[in-house]
Amino acid sequence: MKSLHHNNKRIATLLVAVLLSFALPAMAETPVPAIPKGKGVKCVEPTDVMRKRHFEFILHQRDATMHEGIRTPQHSLAQCLNCHVPKAEAGQERVRYGSDEHFCSACHNYTAVTIDCFECHNDGPTGQPLELTDAEGRPTLLAQPLDLVDEAVRVATREEEQ
Amino acid sequence: MSKDVNATRRKFLGQAAALTGLSVAPGVFLVDLAHGKPADEPVSAKNRWGMLIDTNKCAKDCNACVTACQEENGWGSNEVKSRPDQQAQWIRKVNLKHKATGATYSLPMLCQHCETPPCADVCPTGASFRRADGIVLVDKHICIGCRYCMMACPYKARSFIHEALEDQSVNAPRGKGTVESCTLCVHRVDRDGANATPACAEACNEEGHEAFIFGDLNDPDSRLSQTLKKFGSRQIRADLGLNPGIHYKGI
Repeated sequence: MKSLHHNNKRIATLLVAVLLSFALPAMAETPVPAIPKGKGVKCVEPTDVMRKRHFEFILHQRDATMHEGIRTPQHSLAQCLNCHVPKAEAGQERVRYGSDEHFCSACHNYTAVTIDCFECHNDGPTGQPLELTDAEGRPTLLAQPLDLVDEAVRVATREEEQ
Repeated sequence: MSKDVNATRRKFLGQAAALTGLSVAPGVFLVDLAHGKPADEPVSAKNRWGMLIDTNKCAKDCNACVTACQEENGWGSNEVKSRPDQQAQWIRKVNLKHKATGATYSLPMLCQHCETPPCADVCPTGASFRRADGIVLVDKHICIGCRYCMMACPYKARSFIHEALEDQSVNAPRGKGTVESCTLCVHRVDRDGANATPACAEACNEEGHEAFIFGDLNDPDSRLSQTLKKFGSRQIRADLGLNPGIHYKGI
């Protein structure tokens, strides 16, 4: 009885050792997307907010621009690309959407999430990166982050008024 | 003192006070008069954007408005696989001849930005719509490419994109499987308001023809409204009762 228990223990230890020998190198080599660094010191929103909610910002801006002519630069797709996709080097082709080196594709390829923005929109920089501060270092963007809930209420109220 | 003098003085003082209120220092204004609405303000029915095209000033052999539109909105050169009759035409030059008199006319034809646009009526998804300020647009995010609007439009103003595109203009995102048409250079209108000049009108002015007048039909003091009031105009297919925002003179 005692030896059987001892044996079980040895088998368990061996099993754990075998599993770890597979798992440890695998954990070290988990591929992560190589995200190209954008221009400028910081993004229009904190990085964790952008990671979680960038699609909400873009979708919201999309409808506001298309239907109400609101063209604030803060959450404009064109402005994302101005900072995050480098201009073509002389004599070289610009990095295209679909390539892992394209800012959007780096993560979207990794997570296998298809986006169709660039079927219509230009996938490269079309203007100058957004200036987050003016010459005296004052912020040029809206001071408070856009609250989508408040914004929805604002739009609803406006529609009622009309 | 007569009543008239008082009225004039009151008006002058009122204007002076308004100007003082708006300016902080000489040349520095709190409200930027030269530009349109603030970028974060939605468009409203206060304005109705439109154009008057004087066909007498439009030169028969001139195509400047079309080329300028192509350059501004990025159409006309990148559809390489489409047949000519499939390629986009946001604006085209039309030459007409009166059968009875033999008189010839030349005019640019584009989306007429109707007050009651049939394209928006027939759209099954709501992608074709009329903005509060009268500009008729296609929301390509929800356009399914059914092309009902192209059939409904009496002006043949819309085009369908048949092939995948890249390097689109930032002014006009456009892609395969969606319908498009003249946007009245909405990106310029949103930026400059009543002082905007669509690319076609700008090119026409540069050519020295000055056949286009862009402006606000709702503002009785705008150059557009004043010219319409003084000289009158015609809307193409006015019998349909669509009340287009594009008016023509001389046809």
